[in-house]
Amino acid sequence: MPETNIPETTKIERRDAVRRILANRGETIVVCGLGSSTYDVFAAGDDDRNFYLWGAMGGAVMIGLGLAIAQPDKPVLVITGDGEALMGMGALASVAAQNPKNLTIIVLDNAHFGETGMQPSHTAHGVELAEVATACGFESTQTIVDYDSLDAYSNTPNAANGPRLAVVKITTDNPDRALPNLDGIYIKNRLRSSLGFQPV
Amino acid sequence: MNPQNNPPQRWEDDIFDCFVRHNVSQIPYVPDAGHAHLIRRVHDQPGMTPLVLTTEEEGVASSCGAWLGGQKSVLLMQSSGVGNCINMLSLVSNCNFPFVTIVSMRGEWGEFNHWQVPMSRATPGSFELMGIDVKRCDTPQDVAPTVDAALYAAFASEQKIAILLSQRLIGRKEW
Repeated sequence: MPETNIPETTKIERRDAVRRILANRGETIVVCGLGSSTYDVFAAGDDDRNFYLWGAMGGAVMIGLGLAIAQPDKPVLVITGDGEALMGMGALASVAAQNPKNLTIIVLDNAHFGETGMQPSHTAHGVELAEVATACGFESTQTIVDYDSLDAYSNTPNAANGPRLAVVKITTDNPDRALPNLDGIYIKNRLRSSLGFQPV
Repeated sequence: MNPQNNPPQRWEDDIFDCFVRHNVSQIPYVPDAGHAHLIRRVHDQPGMTPLVLTTEEEGVASSCGAWLGGQKSVLLMQSSGVGNCINMLSLVSNCNFPFVTIVSMRGEWGEFNHWQVPMSRATPGSFELMGIDVKRCDTPQDVAPTVDAALYAAFASEQKIAILLSQRLIGRKEW
């Protein structure tokens, strides 16, 4: 098993990571996968441009893709966990087929299914999601295990000629849940309104 | 030009014309022979984005993302893919997203491959279980008004509609 799969090799804690990722978000639209990713994004500060998922596991990347195509001039960021990304792994192929330059996918990888009792995920068994993305055709993929690299990544505009994906290896710490609004219709209309589309 | 030399408009072109008229711009699909002509037209149309998928549920999610970003999307698939969408349709339901899918039916009319039959039989029920209205087109004349009405209802008032193109309409697959 490659060493990077062992969470103990990273000191990055998930909530700090997401706060740093979003510190200079500008006009970035954020889609976050169900469970801890949604809690972390909310804990970093509620925002009209956050689309929180409480279900639809495996769908975060494709929601981000539809958004990125619809809003080609705005950065779209998907923040999700290794379990959610694994369930929708084919989406990386579908994203690569579209090659949207404004889409960034960040996978918070603690190698476990955190919401369901910390069962080891496939990344604990050696699956490297950054390499999957590379194999799909992503020009820019990266695995991040320290805060300096994370800050550099978060504060650098995408220079690749297509989407990018970063796997951020995080510890298995489990901060208290931070619960955003559960009402999907409200969250949908709030995001659309921030882009100038009124509720139907 | 002799008008008699013009082939009659195909029902697939009726669907395409509805997409143009309603400004549908994202077309995610898992291909089927029944959608092949329509998919070619989408690929040839500037301003329309075809999205090839690895599984149908991806198109449910991307369609919701498109609407978040202010674009209209229609998912194309065959009946065998409907079951793959079930849990992702909870996204449509929970957020009241507009949703239109056009499903080419297999396994219901002169089908040689009976492996197509179980999901074909379960297709209308699967949509209905997840709160999606089901409309069916059995003749070429049904297609344009059904697709037009569905696109209007979906994007003017966030309704959720599956249009089933019957295998009798599409024509049975010859083996």
